[in-house]
Amino acid sequence: MSARLGLTTSFPIGSDADLAWARHQVRRAAAGLGFGLVEQTKLLTAASELARNTLVHGGGGRMELTVLDDGQARGLRLSCIDEGPGIRDIDLAMTDGYTTGGGLGLGLSGAKRLVQEFTLDSRPGQGTTVTVTQWLSALPVPRSGVL
Amino acid sequence: MSERNAAHELATRQVGAFLARRREQLAQRWADVPLFRTVFTLSRDEAVEASKAVVDALAAVASSGRPEDVAAAGFGAVRDQLGRMAASRARSGSSPARIAEEVAALRSPATELLLAEFSDPSEPQARESVLALTVLMGTLRLVVMETALNAGEDLIARQREQLLEVATPVIRLWDGVVAVPLIGTLDSARSQVVMESLLETIVAQRARYAILDITGVPTVDSLVAQHLMKTVAAAQLMGAECILSGIRPAIAQTIVHLGIDLGPVTTRAGLADALAYALGRLGIEVSPRTTAAVRR
Repeated sequence: MSARLGLTTSFPIGSDADLAWARHQVRRAAAGLGFGLVEQTKLLTAASELARNTLVHGGGGRMELTVLDDGQARGLRLSCIDEGPGIRDIDLAMTDGYTTGGGLGLGLSGAKRLVQEFTLDSRPGQGTTVTVTQWLSALPVPRSGVL
Repeated sequence: MSERNAAHELATRQVGAFLARRREQLAQRWADVPLFRTVFTLSRDEAVEASKAVVDALAAVASSGRPEDVAAAGFGAVRDQLGRMAASRARSGSSPARIAEEVAALRSPATELLLAEFSDPSEPQARESVLALTVLMGTLRLVVMETALNAGEDLIARQREQLLEVATPVIRLWDGVVAVPLIGTLDSARSQVVMESLLETIVAQRARYAILDITGVPTVDSLVAQHLMKTVAAAQLMGAECILSGIRPAIAQTIVHLGIDLGPVTTRAGLADALAYALGRLGIEVSPRTTAAVRR
């Protein structure tokens, strides 16, 4: 199983086929950790948006997948890393509807709304790293046989 | 050092001459080696003929003095044959490592024959020749692996194209109602194919309603949503109303969080709901038969 604790796996993002493979890996890791279908889909969609940004705007890069455990909860962290031109105005890039690539302009802002933690690190000419984290919600597990 | 090179080159050419001279004997021996025997099961003559072709190729490469060159012209003639052999072994379940091993097994019969040429197998010239033969056989192994891998890549490219065609059937559900069940990842290439076949079918069937069913699409991100909306807009230009169906709860929540506005698009949870909507708009009523009708 790929969802092993503290283990970081890295996939290249260089083509549409790489995107499909990265999505597949994210889904597998999320399902393996016990994320529900809705959370899986949210994380998968955020991963898809960010990885496509890495490909389209960053000129390719890699995705890193880490399984987290802070003692109370488990989670999944995704980083999309490129060494592309970077983002000059991060606030503008995070605005709904702003696009430089002919898309809907919802990739970054939408991905942020899909996950619990979102950090963006970018400087012009230095590349971009977007990291998102989703924690497994610590809802009490219903015990069988007890109403 | 150049003296060493000269000796090596001489040995290589001698190996070339040896291969040409002992072609018949070597081919007879190779025909019994697993690589040839397992591929040419019908007749041994075929195996011998195939072996001869490989011997000829090796002799040509050695005589040209470029035993390390995978792209040497001599290999060109046997590339097809080696590819077919490797493919045949792969089909019967052999791993690439196993195939490489079987190619390597060609070396010892050749070495034995080569050493028999020398009165004293330990003389420097004999050692030099064996070395040259080893280099040559190593190159042959690379050529076989390269050919096998290329065949695999061709297959993958072909299957990718087939997938584009196969995965987008447009189905006529009713007079004037067509549906496309979308499955898998909607990347740009596939969404283009979907749009084209849908628009063509709308014309051919004179469809008023087109249902895009995304039950089989794992995620709708902003690019997929954009592709869907472009398809809807294009269909509308042709006078057909599009209905998006198969929106699962997880997908619905994701679309809302992403902030995608599907406002102008009619959506339904399931394909049946979409069909019911289309039929309703066409003025067609589907109702259960009355009890009396069922009894009769």
